Amino acid sequence: MTYDVVIAGKSYRVELKRGKEGCACRVDGREVALESVCAEREVLWLLLGGRSYEVRREAGATGAMHVVVRGRRYAAEVRDPRAFRGRRATAGTDAGPLRLLAPMPGKVVRILKAEGEPVEPSEGVVVLEAMKMQNEIRSPRKGVVRKILAAAGTAVSAGEALAVVE
Amino acid sequence: MFKKILIANRGEIAVRVMRACRELGIATVAVYSEADREALHVRRAEEACPLGPSAASESYLNIDKLLEAARRTGAQAVHPGYGFLSENAEFARRCAQAGLKFIGPSAAAMELMGSKTRARQTMAEAGVPLVLGSGALKSAKEAETGAEKLGYPVLVKAAAGGGGKGMRLVRERAEMRSAFEAAGSEALRAFGNGEVYLEKLLESPRHIEVQILGDEHGNLVYLGERECSLQRRHQKVLEEAPSPLVDEAMRLRMGESALRVARAAGYSNAGTVEFLVDAGRSFYFLEMNTRLQVEHPVTEMVTGLDLVQLQIRIAAGEKLPFEQKDVQLRGHAIECRIYAEDPENDFLPSPGKITRLMTPAGPGIRDESGVYQGWTVPLEYDPLLSKLVAHAGNRRETIARMERALEEYFVGGIATNLPLFRRILRHPEFVAGAIDTGFLERLLEEPAAEAGRATPAEDGEAEVAAIAAALFAATPAPGAGVSTNGARPAEAWKRAGRQEGLREEKWRE
Repeated sequence: MTYDVVIAGKSYRVELKRGKEGCACRVDGREVALESVCAEREVLWLLLGGRSYEVRREAGATGAMHVVVRGRRYAAEVRDPRAFRGRRATAGTDAGPLRLLAPMPGKVVRILKAEGEPVEPSEGVVVLEAMKMQNEIRSPRKGVVRKILAAAGTAVSAGEALAVVE
Repeated sequence: MFKKILIANRGEIAVRVMRACRELGIATVAVYSEADREALHVRRAEEACPLGPSAASESYLNIDKLLEAARRTGAQAVHPGYGFLSENAEFARRCAQAGLKFIGPSAAAMELMGSKTRARQTMAEAGVPLVLGSGALKSAKEAETGAEKLGYPVLVKAAAGGGGKGMRLVRERAEMRSAFEAAGSEALRAFGNGEVYLEKLLESPRHIEVQILGDEHGNLVYLGERECSLQRRHQKVLEEAPSPLVDEAMRLRMGESALRVARAAGYSNAGTVEFLVDAGRSFYFLEMNTRLQVEHPVTEMVTGLDLVQLQIRIAAGEKLPFEQKDVQLRGHAIECRIYAEDPENDFLPSPGKITRLMTPAGPGIRDESGVYQGWTVPLEYDPLLSKLVAHAGNRRETIARMERALEEYFVGGIATNLPLFRRILRHPEFVAGAIDTGFLERLLEEPAAEAGRATPAEDGEAEVAAIAAALFAATPAPGAGVSTNGARPAEAWKRAGRQEGLREEKWRE
């Protein structure tokens, strides 16, 4: 299996091949001596060239993969190069309607923008309350609020669309 | 001594109180809302009573339901924890009427301290230094006159306030009228009391508080101070004891002021006197919290006392088992509040299922947790998951110990503020102890160091992260388990276990 992994803006090509003698691993074409055990949920033990690492996987609030190495957290973007082309074609661009999603479950407290109103980048559209805190869900870009999908006073789950900005 | 105590709270503090009860041989009753049916504090109690719907007003804040639960279970005393009804004088009074001992100060002392304007007046009479300010204000006009006298900037504060609610910063006269009205109406909505007053703004003060403890026979002691300047939006994030600013002489002066405050209020049980400290190390009474504080463990670590057990023994009528001269501070302690919120994403709260939980251990480490692996953190309550406390011989060693423990700590499935503490603990100003209430907000405005300056060692780590990310992606389902040596993890562990067993037997021979 081959993956392109982007960490802090740098891309690594990681090739993994499972054999009788364990796992063969190459990073950017370079052979790496790797032993690993995924014995527990979200935790990997790696032995890399004699160095031992315990690596954990975290779920970021936005659903991205976060891996923690020695207390340091890295956001990792993993792509399968075979699927790369297809992905790229459908990846979001600045044009077209954009759905504002609830980043966490919560209760809609207020709607700040009416349908048809313009919004500026990082201007709040909906106020969502969770864990006794009120959070503005902001538009990432300039546009017009096409649709408000959430109603004040209702509960929403994570990933639910709250509004559409175009 | 009581035979059974009801804990009118949830989360880590309910678990903490239950631990003290068990050590004292007292049976425990938990209460829980629908959202908390499977919560840790329910599992840890000997009896548990449902309160009903998840909304706090219909469960943890509902006095009738709590008293009914106590009556049904035959509890003799109620521990209120912190938050919820812990500073509610009416609750204390209703407990007394129902023949239940409220573990805390008298309702009268709570009422006095609950009104900031009354508390300020009483403390001024007792000779306690106060931040310059006004009494209760009747009109915006009066607020303007008062502010001219104090000099801008000033704070308009709710008399019944707390946690930054009903508080407005006013930099000039033109802003006063709207601030006065906004603070008043916010206070009225939040506390049912719209009274506001003025306080002169201290620029970047420190927030240092003194723990006091008194029995019901008139004996009072202070147990040193806690440095609580690390706050974000008036919420404490990290606390330590002792304060790096306070020396022996200052500790004595602050401690004696705190005792004057407590005496003036006729105070018994555990309480905290909060002070603001300016750049010239002068301190001013801010308010008194009439309950156990979230950050009480740092005081416990350096004094060697169990504050919750002492609270219970005092409520049972016992005398303080020691005097002021017996209180000795030993070493240094730091507490990190682990919140379910994402520091890299505007601190958005992140309730949800904890898929994996690894907690630190080892010398000088204490984890005051209210969660467990597999539990879903509800979205109805505050985001505190746990308090990690480190204790060592001095501040430098405690910082190193805390960093080590944080590396061992892992919460999977939800985002937490764990990565934030590394930035705090390594910041040169924090290491030097040069902190004030603006420190954390300033730190958060600095660009995260992670992305920018990577040393070679950290670059190697990024490659490790890349390999791990690929392995995670190659793993079909989380937890299904693949290991690169071809064995299923369960088998690998069994084999390792057998080998361990053999080794142990050999050793026994």
